Amino acid sequence: MPDIYLDNNATTKVDPAVVDVMIPFFLEQYGNPSSIHKFADGVAKALKKARGQVQELIGAEHDSEIIFTSCGTESDSTAILSAIKAQPNRKEIITTTVEHAAILNLCENLEKEGYTIHRLPVDKCGRLNLEAYKKMLSDQVAIVSVMWANNETGTIFPIVEMAEMANAAGVMFHTDAVQAVGKIPMMLQDTKIDMLSISGHKLHAPKGIGVLYLRRGTRYRPLLRGGHQERGRRAGTENTASIVGLGRACELALEHMEYENVQVKAMRDRLERGIIEQIPNSFITGDLNNRLPNTTDIAFEYIEGEAILMLLNKAGIAASSGSACTSGSLEPSHVMRAMQIPYTAAHGTIRFSFSRYNTMSEVDEVLKVMPDIVAVLRKLSPYWDSVTNEPVANPEAAFTPTFK
Amino acid sequence: MWDYSDKVKEHFFTPKNAGAVADANAVGEVGSISCGDALRLTLKVNPETEVIEESGFQTFGCGSAIASSSVLTEIIKGMTLDEALKVTNQDIAAQLDGLPPEKMHCSVMGREALQAAVANYRGEEWKDDHEEGALICKCFAIDAVMIEEMIWANKLRTVEDVTNFTKAGGGCAACHEDIEAILEKVLAEKGEKFDPTAAPVEKVEVEKVKTPLTNLQRIKKIEEVLTSLRPQLMADGGDVELVEVIDNTAYVNMTGACNGCQMAAMTIAGIQQRLMEVLGEFIRVVPASEMKKLVNIQGAGHA
Repeated sequence: MPDIYLDNNATTKVDPAVVDVMIPFFLEQYGNPSSIHKFADGVAKALKKARGQVQELIGAEHDSEIIFTSCGTESDSTAILSAIKAQPNRKEIITTTVEHAAILNLCENLEKEGYTIHRLPVDKCGRLNLEAYKKMLSDQVAIVSVMWANNETGTIFPIVEMAEMANAAGVMFHTDAVQAVGKIPMMLQDTKIDMLSISGHKLHAPKGIGVLYLRRGTRYRPLLRGGHQERGRRAGTENTASIVGLGRACELALEHMEYENVQVKAMRDRLERGIIEQIPNSFITGDLNNRLPNTTDIAFEYIEGEAILMLLNKAGIAASSGSACTSGSLEPSHVMRAMQIPYTAAHGTIRFSFSRYNTMSEVDEVLKVMPDIVAVLRKLSPYWDSVTNEPVANPEAAFTPTFK
Repeated sequence: MWDYSDKVKEHFFTPKNAGAVADANAVGEVGSISCGDALRLTLKVNPETEVIEESGFQTFGCGSAIASSSVLTEIIKGMTLDEALKVTNQDIAAQLDGLPPEKMHCSVMGREALQAAVANYRGEEWKDDHEEGALICKCFAIDAVMIEEMIWANKLRTVEDVTNFTKAGGGCAACHEDIEAILEKVLAEKGEKFDPTAAPVEKVEVEKVKTPLTNLQRIKKIEEVLTSLRPQLMADGGDVELVEVIDNTAYVNMTGACNGCQMAAMTIAGIQQRLMEVLGEFIRVVPASEMKKLVNIQGAGHA
């Protein structure tokens, strides 16, 4: 069986239809969109079309609310730095403990510069407490930045409601929606969201292209100043081929929205049900009632995620883990820690994230190999009794290593 | 994913001595906070000879933790306890054809489990004395705790100081922002302020000499330079000793943690650089292990 890719929250395959529309902008229409000659005369029109395609997917009111950037991280940084620059008297930022590093590390850095960062905690299912959030909102807050959906668990936050609460308190609202856009329907013109980040490579467009949605009238300061590109709100020559590709990818995402929420979800559901039924001491993390249709994050107790991934990889299956050892930093997943998942389970979390390219037979293949992989590693684990094939009695007391 | 050697993969996919040894009489259990890995090492020691007859491991951890545990049990089988205690984490890493810098702590965990098991056998209490911080310098595998301690101990004030005393930041330089942050923090605790333009603390400077040198002068000067570099090496748990100088080649013994360390080659290159600066002439620094052959050939010539 060919290799199985179940790591679509990390990045996705570029849709061949997307590649097709991009090629002419490398080889023929490679002119600078600002130029006035025939190498460029189709480019400006193509950019406008792409802008419209993005607008359509997220339900923005105007196409001028779409600003093309280089990636989700740039969009996130632009949004937050714009808000604090435009409102120099507001020295507080509200975010959550489970954001992506693009937000968390930026906020940590701003904290050093004297900003107060309020990080909303989550409960054991990864949910926010809106009462606590409401109390944080004040005229001192420059911006709220809360992800639409969590990259690890797929948990969806009540963004529309939170944006309304911020708006009522006179506070700007940004959402990092890189995991949500293209997977769940949205109609931004009916919301109070001021800014929203998109990353192209999460929805079958290439890497190196992103979008910042900026509601018309939102006070704004560019991160990059220079030329007149993007109406002066993001200087730098346009990444024309990728913009065109992203436009097409957004169009395709809209076409497949129902498929994503029915068929893709069915694959996800079958995989996680199969695993939970077959493998003892495993459980799904996150808010099971409010999740992206393509994501499941499963904790396998008493074994470690990188080891699971290495065995999965050997079996031709690509997934990812919240374990410490798989991140470059050796930090255990902050999302699992925030949900207070015990470390003997948090280290063994595996995220399977689907796309429309996956199939049911791939799900069956994973279900075939997964029980053995877990069994092999549990045999090595000091927390596991391989004779009875269950955790040793009272695992935390039976094995008490000296920690340094 | 990590760039693991084939050896690491081999020990991970087909681990040796997995599981607990039946009727073990030595057990060591350690864990690493930095990544949550934990290891139980069980040994069957012959009470007469103190030879490790059987060894087994149970590991809750990543690929390199399992591989380090597996290779450790292979290394120590057949050794006496005293021999086994001489096994360093570098020995474990070397047997695996190296580990990524971020994963060196897996080999440290192996060595500590061994020490804990021996202590357990001898009825002693084993205490870990080394603290591990966030990895700052990935080129030389230096963590935050080590940098903080050196700043305190040597009154360091600049990034250059930190590099001189710990090697951190001496490679790709990408961690200089992190080193500045540590300096800011520690200096604030000392009631000082970090000033990026401050002059580096005074090093033990060895005066430059005018060439040509007699061999005796050269040897004396080399000794001076090595003395000035010694604190830095000792901070890493290593040391250097001059064995012989033949023409423009200095033979040195890298001892302690430097011995077998993958960074030894870079350290030797650093010593050579410093020697050339001071001596004002070309000099080659070579591990003394490469000297024997040369002496023999020379000896043969005289005979």
